[in-house]
Amino acid sequence: MLKASAAAGVVTMLTSRKTLAQSLPPIPTQPPDCAAPAPTNSPATTPFVQALPIPPVAIPTILNPFPTLAADTANGEAARANHQDWFQFFPLLQYNVSVQPTMHQFHPQIPPTYCWGYNGIYPGPTFLNIYGVPVVVRFHNNLPVDNIGFGDNNHTTHLHNGHTASESDGFAGDYWSPGLFKDHHYPNVYAGFNEFPPLGDQLEAQHTYWYHDHRHSFTATNNYRGINGMYLIYDDIDTGFEFPGQGPQALRLPGPYGIYDIPLNFTDKLFCANGEMFATAPDAVPGGTDKFCVNGAIQPYFNVQTRKYRFRFLNSGPARIWTFNLSDNNGNPVPMTVVTTDGNLLPSPVEVISTSSVPTLTGLTVYVSQRYDVIIDFTNATPGTSWYLTNVAAQFVGNAPEPEPAPGVNIGNVVMAFNITGPPPSPDQSQVPEVLTTLPNISKPMANLFGTRVWNFNDDVVGAEGDPANPTGKVFNVNGLTFDPNRADATVQQGSSETWLIRNRFPGTGWTHPVHIHLEEGRVLDRRNITVNPTTGVITINSQGVPPLEQGRRDVYPILPNDEVLIFLQFRDWFGKYMIHCHNLGHEDGLMLVRWDVTTGPSSTVTSPVYSDGTPNTGNGQVNSGAQPNITPALTALAPTFNLNPPGTSKLNRPGLKGSKKGVKA
Amino acid sequence: MNRRDFFTCHVADKSRPAASLGPGYYSNGVFRTHENKPVRFYDDLIKGKISIINFMYASCDKYCPRSIACLTKLQDLLGDHLGRDMFMYSFTLKPDEDTPAKLAAYAKGNGARPGWLFLTGSEYDLTSIRFKLFRLDDPLLDFSVDIHASMLRIINDNNSRWTSWVLPDPPRLIREAVSWVEPTKPFAVRVRENAELQAAIDKESVISAPKRAEFKRAHGWPEITAKYENPDGMKKLQTLFHAGA
Ligand SMILES: [Cu+2]
Repeated sequence: MLKASAAAGVVTMLTSRKTLAQSLPPIPTQPPDCAAPAPTNSPATTPFVQALPIPPVAIPTILNPFPTLAADTANGEAARANHQDWFQFFPLLQYNVSVQPTMHQFHPQIPPTYCWGYNGIYPGPTFLNIYGVPVVVRFHNNLPVDNIGFGDNNHTTHLHNGHTASESDGFAGDYWSPGLFKDHHYPNVYAGFNEFPPLGDQLEAQHTYWYHDHRHSFTATNNYRGINGMYLIYDDIDTGFEFPGQGPQALRLPGPYGIYDIPLNFTDKLFCANGEMFATAPDAVPGGTDKFCVNGAIQPYFNVQTRKYRFRFLNSGPARIWTFNLSDNNGNPVPMTVVTTDGNLLPSPVEVISTSSVPTLTGLTVYVSQRYDVIIDFTNATPGTSWYLTNVAAQFVGNAPEPEPAPGVNIGNVVMAFNITGPPPSPDQSQVPEVLTTLPNISKPMANLFGTRVWNFNDDVVGAEGDPANPTGKVFNVNGLTFDPNRADATVQQGSSETWLIRNRFPGTGWTHPVHIHLEEGRVLDRRNITVNPTTGVITINSQGVPPLEQGRRDVYPILPNDEVLIFLQFRDWFGKYMIHCHNLGHEDGLMLVRWDVTTGPSSTVTSPVYSDGTPNTGNGQVNSGAQPNITPALTALAPTFNLNPPGTSKLNRPGLKGSKKGVKA
Repeated sequence: MNRRDFFTCHVADKSRPAASLGPGYYSNGVFRTHENKPVRFYDDLIKGKISIINFMYASCDKYCPRSIACLTKLQDLLGDHLGRDMFMYSFTLKPDEDTPAKLAAYAKGNGARPGWLFLTGSEYDLTSIRFKLFRLDDPLLDFSVDIHASMLRIINDNNSRWTSWVLPDPPRLIREAVSWVEPTKPFAVRVRENAELQAAIDKESVISAPKRAEFKRAHGWPEITAKYENPDGMKKLQTLFHAGA
């Protein structure tokens, strides 16, 4: 029996449309993995022979048994704590998702590949949601009980980076086994709902999410198998529609989904001749791959009209860092206009082009798990020609067309082509406003900071034994710690705020760590590079300020070798366990992953877990003193550089951002 | 037997488990145990077993002792699996120093039971399997001797499932990791374990839930128990679905 009558209306209407009917593909038996010999190249593939696949929209249903506040273990639900604020955000929609094996063809010249995916498709269905419409998603683990080779049949899903209660956050240790299901409660609320009831602070809106397997130690292999998809949340500002008359607050970015609002899920793979994905070892994905896939297709084309499009770039890993450039049919660089970073609207659009004079804007660099919503304007493109999205690293093509597709554009670098078809059937009504949002005013929480918590991301044995930065000698670690699902390495009090200093190992070993923090998005306050004078040995910390693409809110903070980044974070609304971890999935599986908890308090200062052999760990998340204090300047010295309230935004206050669009770029 | 013989017997081997990657993948070099017995890597150590593998050297006094201490305790948790279907292998990083006799003393000193072997061999064979099992594609790490004291590889040859863990860590975590390469337990067993886990969560909630409720009350954030209706949002959602699908 469905209690929410409004939900019943939507469900009936949706399921009555035949085109939306979702039936699960049959579950294939697992073909043998190709483990040896290692292929040096995937089979040759011809570029641009297949259209870009657009993941279908996830369709709500009515769950049976009906979802409950407490875990329905009697009916096969995996153990969990009661949903927090379940009645406050009682789900108006319900989704049923099967995590299961499937066969997916990445290219017509490569035989179908054994994959795992949400609802048996790769990428998984796209969730289209609205702030203020809470939903519940039931994830059934239908993975095989007898799988061989890479991937683990225990599963958990993280909605990256939903403002989600802990028991629905897909905590890496809360995985469930085949035959069980788990209900994840996604309230689709803005952060800060205790302070700004009922739905939170609209300035905390985030629009582009992805959901993916987060089972620890196997996140790389399970995502390589295909367990990920996208999840978009709209509201009355980012409405998903471009037509006028939606009210002055509506941004009217290109839309709707699937037509002018297009997800681009980038990953890279290495295939054997039989079509099977190659894994370097039964628990490791290859570092060197040669096939770039967009939404599960190798080098696809996408037909575009002469107008604006919104593309949602996602680097779904496992490890590659992409740097994208766009060229027209003459090989000339074309700008891409970034409107969101990790799904959060930027204060103003930022233009990226390969010839930019600003180093961080020469091409769009996307670290694992980062998202960028990018507007590409094809208005002046010539019908019948193609534009090319390229990555700086080359892939193996095989039978590439001669000559190169555009002057100076190497076919091996082309990730996808945009074929310009002609004018749109109706005029382009979309806009890219000069002011997209204002950032939440954080001066009050900044004045009440608990302190600065230091997280050292180390990837080597550092120094001598007992080095406080890495007392245990573990390869990938955070403050010397690796993941223990049952141990919280820091606790923060509900409603408090802190600055976190996320620091790469110094001196650097060459690894970049894209660090992700669950629960809330952060604000980058400062980026610094650490250098050492080779003759005097004097260590200098060079503040680099905040790069343009980090002026908004983010949830992934890449730290390059010798880099550190200072961010501001709040911990609001939900209690329970969350994580900070490297989102290079290989490093994450190497347990570069730490649990921290939101509690009733007080916040931890220095926690000292004791190892099984009785050794206390001295290098753990310390407050107001770094594990390497000699290279940490006093926080107060940097305070004036904090970007508390960017110029021109202070007068734009809640609610609604009405009248915020000044110059509108048509 | 020389190396060539081992290569030919890979091909002839038909007795390995169907899902195994086989000796061609693992290699089959000869090592010598701390009991001074020659063993082939795949045929004698890996085939049909769950193997827990690390690298060490007897004179290592930096990170090794703590790592080895964890493995000593792990033996208890493996129970009678150890030496039956599960084996622990500690390979030396310094074959020049670590003779079988020296490894035997080290084994005894660390309380090794039957089923935990300390092994030495040729530099070539040791490096080959180290790169096969522990390679990180990072020269700084791959050629570092110290780094290996923290790495543990867990392999089940029967289903070609691997995992890893890091040392030192509580032995319960290592035992848990070993269970991930074991065959998936029968559904009834997993359902029972799920119920036990739920009971543990509920026990913890009895303590934490009132604290959280009190914290919210103290901050003036009352818990809302009424259902939230949002017909406006639902209407918007309908339009979205229709436009996009
Ligand atoms: Cu990393």
